[in-house]
Amino acid sequence: MDVTTDWYLVLSAILFAIGAVGVLVRRNPLVMFMCIELMLNAVNITFVALGAELNDVGGQIAVFFVLVVAAVEVVVGLALVVAINRRRLGATADDVSVLRG
Amino acid sequence: MMVFQLADPPVDTPEVVWSALAPILALAIGAVVLIMFRSIVKRLPADVEASATAAIGPVTVLAMWFVGGFVGDDVPLSGVRDDIGEPLFYVGLIALLVVAAAFVRSMRIGFDAAVTVGVGLVAFVATVELWNDSFRSTALTADEVLAGITSSGGPVAAIGNQYGIDGFALVFTGVIALAVVLTALLLDNYLRREGIDGPEIYVLMMLSAAGGVVMAGANDLIVLFLGLETLSIAVYVMAAMHSRRSESLESGLKYFMLGAFSSAFLLYGMALIYGATGSLNLLEIRAYLDRVIILDNAMLLAGFALLLVGFGFKVAAVPFHSWTPDVYQGAPTPVVAFMASAVKAAGFAALVRVFYLAFLDYRDDWQPAIYALAVLTLVVGAVMAIVQRDAKRMLAYSSISHAGFILVGVQAATDRGVAAVVFYIAGYTFMVVGSFGVLSIVSGRGDRGTGLDDLDGLAARNPVLAFTLTLFLLGQAGVPLTSGFVAKFEVIGAAVDARSFWLAVVAMVSAVVSAFLYLRIVLSVYLGTAADDDREPIVVHPTAALAVGVALVLTIGFGVVPGPIDQLAGDAVLALVG
Repeated sequence: MDVTTDWYLVLSAILFAIGAVGVLVRRNPLVMFMCIELMLNAVNITFVALGAELNDVGGQIAVFFVLVVAAVEVVVGLALVVAINRRRLGATADDVSVLRG
Repeated sequence: MMVFQLADPPVDTPEVVWSALAPILALAIGAVVLIMFRSIVKRLPADVEASATAAIGPVTVLAMWFVGGFVGDDVPLSGVRDDIGEPLFYVGLIALLVVAAAFVRSMRIGFDAAVTVGVGLVAFVATVELWNDSFRSTALTADEVLAGITSSGGPVAAIGNQYGIDGFALVFTGVIALAVVLTALLLDNYLRREGIDGPEIYVLMMLSAAGGVVMAGANDLIVLFLGLETLSIAVYVMAAMHSRRSESLESGLKYFMLGAFSSAFLLYGMALIYGATGSLNLLEIRAYLDRVIILDNAMLLAGFALLLVGFGFKVAAVPFHSWTPDVYQGAPTPVVAFMASAVKAAGFAALVRVFYLAFLDYRDDWQPAIYALAVLTLVVGAVMAIVQRDAKRMLAYSSISHAGFILVGVQAATDRGVAAVVFYIAGYTFMVVGSFGVLSIVSGRGDRGTGLDDLDGLAARNPVLAFTLTLFLLGQAGVPLTSGFVAKFEVIGAAVDARSFWLAVVAMVSAVVSAFLYLRIVLSVYLGTAADDDREPIVVHPTAALAVGVALVLTIGFGVVPGPIDQLAGDAVLALVG
């Protein structure tokens, strides 16, 4: 049985869907970050698989940019969570609900 | 022994046109220099700080002159210099520098804000010079033609085929630079009132604006993504900058979560487009789509859909708008002004650039999706705004409804539609900065007074501010003689031109519905009676007054004399260069 590019695309679609559902149903900001990371890494699998399929280096290069941006996002996101915890608002997204209307 | 040797020349390095990058460089270098200076010199003695701030006025004028000469074909004002002779010209220049120093001192502006305003002005001058050199082709006067001036440089490929300057990108660059200037003036007042100091928020704003400028001219999906993230990540932090208010932190976290979530969708869309067309470069994608008829195009269509979801989040189109009211209500009001102007402008620039420029051949596939988004955004934005009790939340929904109008222009997918989008953004930016600027002034310490009840009787407390707010709101409602009217007229005209009659009808009905909500604010300002009169008096700092005044002049000016901006929007043609 050959593992073709389609398998990778299906795998990444499944991972992306798991990540997206996780962001929507989980309430802990840290777990939500992890789900967003899962989505970004699913995209990376897509890029690499398609790059290999197309025999083009562009897909692999895109992955480096995505990795860097993901790292930067985590830095900012964790800093925000720390700032909120210092204000003792609690670390679940349901506690963070002063704003509604 | 092993010897490692690089194969010589391993890659072709692209040609870089530095002058075309001047606006981005000004913003990014300004930000880096300011944060480096401030991390070395934490605090200056008060009198030194005042002198240094006053010196920023003349330095800005000289920097504008220098950068203008570097970017443009000739040194700015060289015509004047030749007319009046060199000695007189330099005397005049020195007088101008002295006036600039005195003006900055009289504004009592902070050092960091002054630097930011200067950097924004330099970026704006560079943009204007680039425009005059390359894109003003249809607006040459007879004298200029006789003098042999041709401004037919046309679009410039700035970094290989990755980043290009065209008329469209330049207009958005100018709008973003002016948004930086006005927001910095508002922030100075706000930070002082809230007792926050430090240059971080200005630095973040300049970096964010640099990212927005990158987005406006990106010719490659990865470059566009990097610009978008530079823009967004800085704004997430700006929203949470008032770290003593839990509302501000909450809005920062919400914006961050949904922003990162939407970036993932955008990126997945880019990956699928890459798979379907074999390239991330907009030029190559366009060439491929022109050349090849894709028979099994499920991957391409899924890519369109995911890109639309990602951009929809960024520009706050319904049903991807749910973050907007919370973030706008919680974030510091001047930051909201920046989000609603520069961030939204950059989002639309990227949306139009990718869909209208690269995917034009497939417009039959994406137009219906934008049609649906536009209808939903117009209706939900206008209706939900009416039931709000907080002025900032109300204006958040009204900004959603404005996004719907802009989408009407995008949906037309014609040159006229693009020109309408450019006009709408140029006008809307200043209206929204002005509206949030007035709100920022009247809401008082801690942004407490943003409820509709708090605006009751504003006319009695400060008639000038009340009248200014009224003019901005009438502008947003689209009353004639303001830029809002011409902008709405243009997008609806473009929709009718593209035979989207029902969309035009929905847009007009939505304009009427949203007029009700603006008038509701105006009514409470003029007819409401304040519950108590022991509120702190409204303090109008000169910098905030200047920002609101400039925004008001531009809003009314674009409405009374729309010709030049109309011309500008018509010249702001999209182009792919590489």
